[in-house]
Amino acid sequence: MKVTFPHMGRAWIAIKSLFEGLNLEVVVPPPCSRRTLELGVRHSPEFACLPLKINVGNFIEGLKAGADTIVTAGGWGPCRFGYYAQVQRDILTDLGYQFDLIVLEAPDSRLSELANQVRALGVNISYAGMLRAIYRAWEKLKAVDELEESLRYCLPRVTRPAEAEKVLHEGLQAIEAAVTAREIRQALKMGRSRLEGLPYNREPVARIGLVGEIYTLLEPSSNCEIERKLGYLGAEVHRAVSMPQWINDHLLGGILRVDSSQEALECASPYLNDWVGGHGRETVGYSVKYGREGFDGVIQIGPLTCMPEIVAQAVLGQVSQKEGIPVMTMYFDEQTGEAGVMTRLEAFLDMVQRRKQFAAAR
Amino acid sequence: MKYYLGVDIGSVSSNFVLTNPRGEVVEAIYLRTMGNPVQAVRQGLSMVMKKYPETTIRGIGTTGSARRLAAVIMGADVVKNEITAHAVAASKFYPEVRTVVEIGGQDSKIIILRDGIVVDFAMNTVCAAGTGSFLDQQAMRLDIPIEHFGRQALKSKQLVRIAGRCGVFAESDMIHKQQMGYPVEDIIAGLCEALARNFLNNVAKGKDIQEPVVFQGGVAANMGMKQAFEKLLGKPVMVPQQYHVMGALGAAILASESITHRKGSRFKGCGFVLEGDFTTRSFECNGCPNMCEVVTIKRDEEVLAYWGDRCRRWEASLTEQRPALAW
Repeated sequence: MKVTFPHMGRAWIAIKSLFEGLNLEVVVPPPCSRRTLELGVRHSPEFACLPLKINVGNFIEGLKAGADTIVTAGGWGPCRFGYYAQVQRDILTDLGYQFDLIVLEAPDSRLSELANQVRALGVNISYAGMLRAIYRAWEKLKAVDELEESLRYCLPRVTRPAEAEKVLHEGLQAIEAAVTAREIRQALKMGRSRLEGLPYNREPVARIGLVGEIYTLLEPSSNCEIERKLGYLGAEVHRAVSMPQWINDHLLGGILRVDSSQEALECASPYLNDWVGGHGRETVGYSVKYGREGFDGVIQIGPLTCMPEIVAQAVLGQVSQKEGIPVMTMYFDEQTGEAGVMTRLEAFLDMVQRRKQFAAAR
Repeated sequence: MKYYLGVDIGSVSSNFVLTNPRGEVVEAIYLRTMGNPVQAVRQGLSMVMKKYPETTIRGIGTTGSARRLAAVIMGADVVKNEITAHAVAASKFYPEVRTVVEIGGQDSKIIILRDGIVVDFAMNTVCAAGTGSFLDQQAMRLDIPIEHFGRQALKSKQLVRIAGRCGVFAESDMIHKQQMGYPVEDIIAGLCEALARNFLNNVAKGKDIQEPVVFQGGVAANMGMKQAFEKLLGKPVMVPQQYHVMGALGAAILASESITHRKGSRFKGCGFVLEGDFTTRSFECNGCPNMCEVVTIKRDEEVLAYWGDRCRRWEASLTEQRPALAW
């Protein structure tokens, strides 16, 4: 059995480690590229959102690279993603691919349900062996997330941002190669201290909170690399959602001491009191929270036609007015033009900067 | 004399504004880009220089969709997006302005200002119905010079309702109404109103539109559009005298602001711009599966810039410097 899976940012490092720990042969799909998108768009329904299309591209490239099994996530609720695995199975079968599809569903009540799903996936794996694999994958997931966070801090501050990106890349490679938890933490520490050691020459022009749909937030190829563009333009970005946080909140019931969205969810009230599916409530909650924490602006991103984000967008106008924080919404699909994204980001940063100067002058 | 030059190279028109140090417009030039931004830059600059041979240019600002290209060719001191440039220019003429409606060749935008600073904005994302190119096309189809298009609309006593949600359907609906025999001025007036409604429903959706409202960009020449906005908003709409070159004016003002902080302009001189042979080429980089289309801009044999590469290996190969903050 050779497994492949969809990309979502750099989650592949942890996923690969988990599957290898379960004694599986892993085929990491090639990084999301224009080719991935072209494949996905060609074979997907036009009205589906971008995550489905990029996933299909990943699967095709993964199967072509020799995988015979696809592991992907399920889901339920108003977001369409929960149904995508079934649609994708049909698309790929129609294209003539032979493969097995395994859908991991979030547990309804007990965590052991998910553990059993994971264990069933493994080959000749003991319960203890499975726990070890999960633990290592979790450590990698956290390390990757923390290193990315350091980069978001550095990018607007360093003299040569390209060098910072190179350091990040090397740090990620070290995390990927690490075997024990100690090695993982060491790789993270090393990467961080190298980032801190770079020449710094400026202060960020603005602090921007990035909120929205989780896939679009985490997968740079689905958002025109918005985080990086903002960093290069001199903005310090805080991303509302991360993988460790999502796992902690949605799979573990928030028991771990990593970042949780609980506080932000409480901020969503009274603007939005209902779970509207996807990350709609998180989007509103984090926008409020960023406003109260004195951020200069919030950018909401999501795939075009994303229902939960559309609901959230309708509420954000009020949030912006009452909390006094500028908010801009951007939707992405395969038609999104790079130049238009750039113009909006520049204009948004100009706006928040001038606002800040104006407020300071008063 | 010492002047500042603002250059706005857009999809349809290329505009040049020369201002004196007080920010007053000395010269405004409006050209058609004709799909050749490099040629437009050179033509515009040579026209300015012919008219003002004694001019020293103290600073250059560029804006518009070809702002980076223009900046590379000329050596600009400021490279700004169109939203900021238009807002700055509108505030110059109307310090009290609270809403700017700008409709250009392919872009339309709304900018909300309070106390002279931008607090909110939006641009058209998926639809260019109602922008200059579409009106141009309709004027051509009706065989009315675009300059007279708006005036025709004003003649109308009873406008015809045109479906305006989509440019393609607006055209079919116009044709349909023509075939039914409605007079052309009523159809044009109907079209203007449909496009203004489209703008307010899409671009300006959810924005707090307050007076004074300023309407600028090439389409502001169209009196029919101005009238339609006034009717739909129930507010007077002002069109500045230099409505067609406001972006360039904003760029010139921003250039003059930046020069006071810094010494000397980055302007490469008229000889550099007018004499060399500029070529732009694109090639597909084979470094990774992204296969970016990288653009090279050359003056004779010297490479001035690369862009389009996601990883920036080409861009970084020219200079290790951080790219100018706003490009």
